[in-house]
Amino acid sequence: MNSAININVQLTRGSFQLDAELQLPGHGVSVIYGHSGSGKTTLLRCIAGLEKVAGARIQFKNTLWQNDNTFLPTYRRPLAYVFQEASLFDHLTAKKNLEFAIKRAEKNSTDDFDKTVSLLGIEKILNQYPSELSGGERQRVAIARALLVKPSLLLMDEPLASLDYQRKQEILPYLEKLRSELKLPIIYVSHSIDEVARLADHLVVLNQGKVVSSGDIQACLARVDLPINLAEEAGSVISASVVEKDSEWQMAKVHFSGGELWLRDNGATIGQEIRVRILARDISLALSEHKDSSILNILPAEIINTAIDQHRALTLVQLKLGNDLLLARISTRSATHMQLKSGMPVWVQIKSVAIV
Amino acid sequence: MSFFSAGDLQAIWLTLKLASIVTIILLVISTPIAWWLARTQSAWKGCVSALVTLPLVLPPSVLGFYLLVMMGPEGPLGIITRSLGLGTLAFTFNGLVVGSVIYSLPFVVQPIHNAIEALGRRPIEVAATLRAGPWDTFFNVVLPLTKPGFVTAAVLGFAHTVGEFGVVLMIGGNIPGVTQVISVQIYEHVEAMDYLNAHRLAAAMLIFSFVVLLALYTFNKTKKKVNDGPKVLEL
Repeated sequence: MNSAININVQLTRGSFQLDAELQLPGHGVSVIYGHSGSGKTTLLRCIAGLEKVAGARIQFKNTLWQNDNTFLPTYRRPLAYVFQEASLFDHLTAKKNLEFAIKRAEKNSTDDFDKTVSLLGIEKILNQYPSELSGGERQRVAIARALLVKPSLLLMDEPLASLDYQRKQEILPYLEKLRSELKLPIIYVSHSIDEVARLADHLVVLNQGKVVSSGDIQACLARVDLPINLAEEAGSVISASVVEKDSEWQMAKVHFSGGELWLRDNGATIGQEIRVRILARDISLALSEHKDSSILNILPAEIINTAIDQHRALTLVQLKLGNDLLLARISTRSATHMQLKSGMPVWVQIKSVAIV
Repeated sequence: MSFFSAGDLQAIWLTLKLASIVTIILLVISTPIAWWLARTQSAWKGCVSALVTLPLVLPPSVLGFYLLVMMGPEGPLGIITRSLGLGTLAFTFNGLVVGSVIYSLPFVVQPIHNAIEALGRRPIEVAATLRAGPWDTFFNVVLPLTKPGFVTAAVLGFAHTVGEFGVVLMIGGNIPGVTQVISVQIYEHVEAMDYLNAHRLAAAMLIFSFVVLLALYTFNKTKKKVNDGPKVLEL
């Protein structure tokens, strides 16, 4: 089990039970997703060693962090942790907070100071105390501090949950930069499907202390037997690259394995790799190619699977376009009339595509 | 001719020496006790809390009496000190130190306990995720963040030791230069109908205590650490 993270934790607290056996990849962002009370923070704390659970087994790459005979204390584990709420040391300025990490990093990280500070855009607030900073600024300093300890694994516990919408939008681009610029594996706990769509490479779904799904983000989100109810948020995420820009109509064309999509140009540059999210409710299906529709994105696809959604009036259809999977939600009545079944070719009409 | 007589000056010096030594000892032993009390889930917590607080509610004469019995040649403490070749502690300066440490313990444990509890687990956990070991965390995170609590503890421990009377009288008696502290000296002056010297010492004590407490409250106010102010009465 090289270059992977193996976790096995069983714990009972009152009526709550956590029973998680997981393998996570040793690279990219693994998001542990679940509703509140699903045990995701507890699981992360176990990985960090902040929670000492008897009988747990945690292995990071080739090092055993915990089993029946071993318990590596948190400060000996090569990790960093970003807590949900501001966790800066109040008696130190932002800069001194960062230096606290640099002094204790195993590898010399002084060279990275400028890089990290500019990555998170905190140059101007370094001499301020935490009480003088906004929630968003504090969290950015906390993320910089976590990076400067030079971790081999970065754990993030809903780092955006305590922030309002605007602060979230302020930090998310920095997190995306982390994902694309650093080779560091990240385990990110979240209950926001938006954050999952934007950040996750690997998705673990936790429900009432049990792992109900663990796998590649695209495959996970495009499952018709979705283990937790995402309701209106159900949809899939695909990777694409920008190939063309239409300045007259302010549109951009992106290419993915299943074809090309037009979407609103939000200032992407040609050649840029992006993620797009397509909600299941924004896809309709047709048996023939409609040329007289307002819908721009009409692509051929093959039905992989269908299933009745939580409400019987709706059916989820999993579609394959090239190597990518999409999820469509249509009425059960239409599905029956159109006699949709696995292996059937259909035309996918996509009403809306969002860059995440 | 100075303001205080030579005997009074000796008593003042002895009192300050006693209070300084006791404060240092108390800070060293109270920190782990307070830390344990703030952290533990143990069933013994209530028992230990009660024991630590006991000197606050007991009449000093009760405390002094038991200490005297224990320090006596046949008492458990006396047997230990005699076997170590130290003789007995009763009516010695060292005996006074032991008695004062016990007598002032709650005044030092309580503010530190409150400060550590108010600090919570989070800063300690954060330090651990930044590779700080337990000692590193204590000196570079816990201590700076709970400083007002420690200052309060030190000041109260010192002031309370300066002000003790009953325990001293029981276990120390009234030996000039050895156990004759200010409070006992005042008692002596009053007994001897020497009100002038009693006034001088008493007024000095009053002003000293007021200034110390005023300085403490001012310090804690500027620190804006409401949690760590003198909370000894909130048991």
